[in-house]
Amino acid sequence: MELFFMTLTTGIMVGGIYALVALGWVLIFKCSGVLNLAMGELTLIGAYVTLSFYSMGVPFVLSILCTLIIGIVLGILIERIFLDKLIGEPILAVIMVTVGLSFFLKGLVGFIWGTDTRVFEPAIFSLKPFTIGFLKISIVYFWSFVLAIVLFLVFVAFFKYTRWGLSMQATADDETAALSLGVSARFVYAASWAIAFMAAGVGGALLGNINGVNISIGYLGLLVLPAVVLGGLNSVPGAIVGGLTIGILQNFAGTYLDGFFPGGVKEIFPFAFMAVFLLFKPYGLWGWIKIERM
Amino acid sequence: MEAVENILSINNIEVKYHEVILVLKGVSIEVPRGGIVALLGANGAGKSTTLKSISGLLKVEVGEVTDGAIEFEGVRIHKKTAVEIAKMGIIQVIEGRRVFEHLTVEENLKVGAHLRKTGSVRDGLDLVYHYFPRLLQKRSEVAGFVSGGEQQMTVVGRALMTEPKLVLLDEPSMGLAPMLIHEIFNILMKLNKEERISILLVEQNVKLALNVAPYAYVMETGRIVMDDTSEKLKENEDIKDFYLGLSEKGKTKSFAEVKHYKRRKRWLT
Ligand SMILES: Nc1ncnc2c1ncn2[C@@H]1O[C@H](COP(=O)(O)OP(=O)(O)O)[C@@H](O)[C@H]1O
Ligand SMILES: [Mg+2]
Repeated sequence: MELFFMTLTTGIMVGGIYALVALGWVLIFKCSGVLNLAMGELTLIGAYVTLSFYSMGVPFVLSILCTLIIGIVLGILIERIFLDKLIGEPILAVIMVTVGLSFFLKGLVGFIWGTDTRVFEPAIFSLKPFTIGFLKISIVYFWSFVLAIVLFLVFVAFFKYTRWGLSMQATADDETAALSLGVSARFVYAASWAIAFMAAGVGGALLGNINGVNISIGYLGLLVLPAVVLGGLNSVPGAIVGGLTIGILQNFAGTYLDGFFPGGVKEIFPFAFMAVFLLFKPYGLWGWIKIERM
Repeated sequence: MEAVENILSINNIEVKYHEVILVLKGVSIEVPRGGIVALLGANGAGKSTTLKSISGLLKVEVGEVTDGAIEFEGVRIHKKTAVEIAKMGIIQVIEGRRVFEHLTVEENLKVGAHLRKTGSVRDGLDLVYHYFPRLLQKRSEVAGFVSGGEQQMTVVGRALMTEPKLVLLDEPSMGLAPMLIHEIFNILMKLNKEERISILLVEQNVKLALNVAPYAYVMETGRIVMDDTSEKLKENEDIKDFYLGLSEKGKTKSFAEVKHYKRRKRWLT
C-alpha cells in the first residue's frame, strides 16, 4: 500500500512538470494550429540554459528568470526565422519543419553543451524526502511540482485576464475577425512560441534538477505528447489533467510493470495508453468540437 | 468648396483577386465625417470586396487595389496593412457575425480593447453595455452559444471597443428577426449621432438601409450604377422595381436590364 501511494505522489509531482511543458505545446497548437515536434528540444535547451546560469553562480530562481527571458528571445527568433515564411503553407509542411528544427536544435545542444550528463551543483533541493504520515516525498519533487504549478497558473491567468492573452485566444478562434480588430496573427504566433519556450524551458530545468541534465530530457519533453493528445490538443485544462495522468501512468508502469517487461516500459506505456484512449475519444478529453448552433 | 468634409473617399478603384480576377471596375464612394452611407446591391456585386479594400482585409484573400486610391482623413491607405488601418480608426464588422465563439461575450469585447488609446477597458465596456444592455446580461456566456442577435451585438460592440472613427458594417441584418433588426439599427443610429462614428453600411435589405442612411450608392457587377440621397432613391422607379419589390419585373431581370427597359419605355411615352 505504501508503495502504491509513493508511486502515486511521485507520479503527480512529475505530472505537474509535464503539465507545464504540455501547456507550451497546447499554446502553439491552439494559436497557430501547428503541432510542434521540436518541443522536446525546447525543454532540453531550457534545462541547459538554467544549468549554465546556475553553474556561473547565479541563484536558482534568477537562473529560471533568465531562462524565461532567453525563452522569449529564442521563441521569437525561431518563429521569425523558420516559421513565419510558412504561414499559409499546408500544415503538414509546417509540422515537418518542426521535425527538422528538432534535429537541428539537438545538434546545436550537443555542440554547445556536449553529451555528458551534468547535474546542478551544488544541489538546489535536497534529495532527502520529508514525511507526511506514511508518505515519503522527496523535496526536489515537491518544489519542482510547486514551481511548475505556479508558473502554469501564471500563464493561464495571462490568457484569461489580459487583453494580450485574450487576443491570442481570439486569433485561435477566428484569425480574420481578430485581424479586423487590429490583432496581428504574426504577433500572436511569435508570442505563442515565446510562451511555449518559456514553459518548456522551465519544465526542462525542473526535470534536470531531478534526473540530471542530458539529452534524455528532450525525450521526456516528447513524452508529454501523449499528455497533450490525451487532454485534447487545444485544451488548457486538458494539459494539466493529461500531464498528471501521464506522470502517474509512467510511474506506475515503472513500479509495477518493469519487473515483467524490463527496460523502457516506463517510457512506452504512456504512448500505448494514448493510442488505446484515442480509439474511444478521438478529440481527447476536452478537444474542440466545433460549436454548432441552429 | 465642399460643404462637408469627407472622412473617407474612394476614388475610382479597381480591385483584383489573385492578380487576375477583376472584381471592382472603377468604384468611387464618399463618406462624410459623422455620416451614414449605404452601399446596396445584389449578391456578388462586390460590396464586401469594397469594404475589404478599405479595411485592408482584402490582402488576406490575396486581393489588391490595382488602380485608383482610397483616402482616409486625407491619408492614402490602400497600400497599408489591415493592422495599420485598424489602428487609424477604421474597423470592419465582417459579414456573418464572426464572434470568437469559445470566448465569453465580455472576453470578445475585451479583444476589441487591445487597440484602445484613451481610457481603460472598463470605460469601454461601460460604453458598450450602455448601448447594448442585453450584452450586460449575457456577458459571461460563451459567445458561440448566445442568440444570433446577441452575436451581432457582440461583434458591433467589439468594434466599438476599439474607439473607431469609421465602422464598415457588412450586412448586419442578415438572418435576424425583424424586431431584432429594428433594435440593432436604432442603436447604430444612436451610436452615429452620439458617438460621432461614421458608418458605411452594406445591406441587401434596401428598405431598411434607405431609412437609416441619408445617402446611398447602388452597386452592380463591380460598378456603382447609381448614387443619390435616400429620399430620391426611394422615389426612383428602377429602385422600386428591382430592390423594393414593388413590381414583378425586378424578380427576374437584372437591374441594368430594368433600367434599359425603363429608359426605352420613357422614350416611347
Ligand atoms: N477571395 C476571392 N477570390 C476570388 N473571387 C472572389 C473572392 N471574394 C469574392 N470574389 C468574387 O468577387 C465578386 C464579388 O464578391 P463580394 O464582394 O463578396 O460580393 P457581395 O458582397 O456584393 O455579395 C463575386 O463574383 C465573388 O465571386
Ligand atoms: Mg457580401
